[in-house]
Amino acid sequence: MADTVDVLIIGSGASGAAVAWSLAETKMRIVCLEQGDWMNPAEYPSTGRDWEARVHGDYATSPNIRARPTDYPINDDNSPIKVVNFNGVGGGTVMYTGHFPRLHPSDFRVRSLDGVADDWPVDYATLEPFFAENDRMMGVSGLAGDPAGPPRQPPMPPLPLGKTGTRWAQAMNTLGWHWWPSDTTLATQDYEGRARCINLGHCTPGCAQGAKASTDITYWPAAIRAGVELRTRCRVREITTNAEGMASGVVYYDAEGVERFQAAEVVILACNGVGTPRLLLNSASGRFPNGLANSSGLVGRNLMFHPYIQVYGYSDEPLDGNRGPPLCLWSKEFYETDPARDFVRGYMFQFNRGVGVINEAITSAADGRLPWGEDHHSAYRRLVHRRMSLSAVIEDLPEAHNRVTLDPVLKDGHGIPSPRIDYTVGENSRRMIAHGIARATEILHAAGAHDIGVQNPILYGGWHLLGTARMGTDPARSVVNEWGRSHDVRNLFIVDGSVFVTAGGVNPTSTIQALALYIADSMKRRLATLFD
Amino acid sequence: MSQTMPEMLSDEERRALACVAGLMIPASAEYGVPGADDDAILADMVASLGRDGPAVRAALARLDALAGGRFAGLAAPERAAVAARLRAEGGPAVATLNRVVLQCYYRDDRVLASLGIEPRAPFPKGHALEQGDWSLLEPVRRRGKLWRDAP
Repeated sequence: MADTVDVLIIGSGASGAAVAWSLAETKMRIVCLEQGDWMNPAEYPSTGRDWEARVHGDYATSPNIRARPTDYPINDDNSPIKVVNFNGVGGGTVMYTGHFPRLHPSDFRVRSLDGVADDWPVDYATLEPFFAENDRMMGVSGLAGDPAGPPRQPPMPPLPLGKTGTRWAQAMNTLGWHWWPSDTTLATQDYEGRARCINLGHCTPGCAQGAKASTDITYWPAAIRAGVELRTRCRVREITTNAEGMASGVVYYDAEGVERFQAAEVVILACNGVGTPRLLLNSASGRFPNGLANSSGLVGRNLMFHPYIQVYGYSDEPLDGNRGPPLCLWSKEFYETDPARDFVRGYMFQFNRGVGVINEAITSAADGRLPWGEDHHSAYRRLVHRRMSLSAVIEDLPEAHNRVTLDPVLKDGHGIPSPRIDYTVGENSRRMIAHGIARATEILHAAGAHDIGVQNPILYGGWHLLGTARMGTDPARSVVNEWGRSHDVRNLFIVDGSVFVTAGGVNPTSTIQALALYIADSMKRRLATLFD
Repeated sequence: MSQTMPEMLSDEERRALACVAGLMIPASAEYGVPGADDDAILADMVASLGRDGPAVRAALARLDALAGGRFAGLAAPERAAVAARLRAEGGPAVATLNRVVLQCYYRDDRVLASLGIEPRAPFPKGHALEQGDWSLLEPVRRRGKLWRDAP
């Protein structure tokens, strides 16, 4: 195990899988260390009658609730939004919903266009071929021709509208607002060995059908066939450095808990916007006393979550409920900056299809809509399969005080210090949230929904972990350069959502993977001068 | 069920759970459904408590405390009053108790049948979803470009 490998990737999720696959053609010796296990789709919740209960247990989105041995605890007490992730081969793509919008061109020029935050050192045009390549590898379903974004050609047709989607579409047409079938990574046709979606209706905690593109069934089989070695149950404690200040390898614990060292010529971090700063901060040394790659002091800072709000109401007739993927449509009506509003930037609406019978009961009981006693049954029958909900993906701007640090007390099962989250929702975001709630309420009314309710923010809504090791050309104001290489450690790269300069207002996985492919391509084009 | 663990409730706790579950969701002749205190539903709750066991036991202990003795030993009107006080107090333990009752009640075959829902796991049969009318997109297509160029 101590033999030096050419490339060591830490993390096998959205970005780690993509960079591994892309670099495999170099024939370098590439090893990926993943702290979790391979997933077994036969054990996913939708295969059992307890499918809704398990999202409160071993398939909870919060690692603190899920608490598998492969998870690490996170102190997110000082945040109104709790971190959501998954640790296993495929990482967060195992437990995402598969919504797959891209950042817009304007998202890469935030300072130039809107006078806030910073421009990215890359632009949409540079990433466009990598978006397209990633769409092909992940298998995206959608519809070309959306006037709210640059042209794209999803390889499969979109998810059906269904009853709920039809109701949403009619409402948006009544208001004259944009809507479009969402790009998703749910295969609507048999695709590259994946079976088509059969509407299990429970996409987030793993797809038993294999229709949802998680990287364990997309990139990884191809990467492994091409020679990449993936080691599971290997939790990295720290990245080591040599006398020249270069990364020399990593110390990790294997499946038996034995401490190991793996030497490497290149180290690539793909641990998400919380795991990556945690590992860099845990890799402090005499030469790097504030953490590795942290001469800027920005490792862990500028954490962006996308505060999610959800607004919901009830139809007078049954709709789709859980009898289809929760994903449905999106709207970019309020995505681009409008000077007439009291905030800059914008948000995307994500329209949901419905929820299952138990989810409805639990949520409505918590909201006080479902009484105890004789009236329970009649009240429940007015709710079940009638819920219409939509979420606004709010762009939060980078703020240095929103950050990931190391908790002084909390540790994981291997004794490695855990991350601590300090986060507040910014003023621009609060105004945007108010706007989003008002518009969502209008949409629900137009859709004929009543009994409107709001979740602001969604408590367990920290799906998108961004900005904590941002990219830039100035070493004093960024952690990695414009192609993902650490300013401080020239053989250390970061490819996950940490490198985002700003968050945009859409689900980030598509952009994270396009960036990972772009960084891999940049490395391949510079192999002879990679460390110059 | 995947979260089964050895039974962790005493007989007294089980009686209290049955009492409060029956108050939460009583049987209904009108809808043809059992109450949540039905033997089979209760057995499912107890068998699948798993990691929720400590919180449920805490909620049941709180019921006893509010009752000033054994909650299950109270007369029906007093039990209802105590249960209402517990619900009003709220908190994580009560939320867990509520969830445990609801998630077992609404997966019972008889209850699902009364709702017109086939009692089965989603996989492998899945569901049918109508395609819908994509001509609804025509007004959107006519609007033209909505995104900004970014030089």
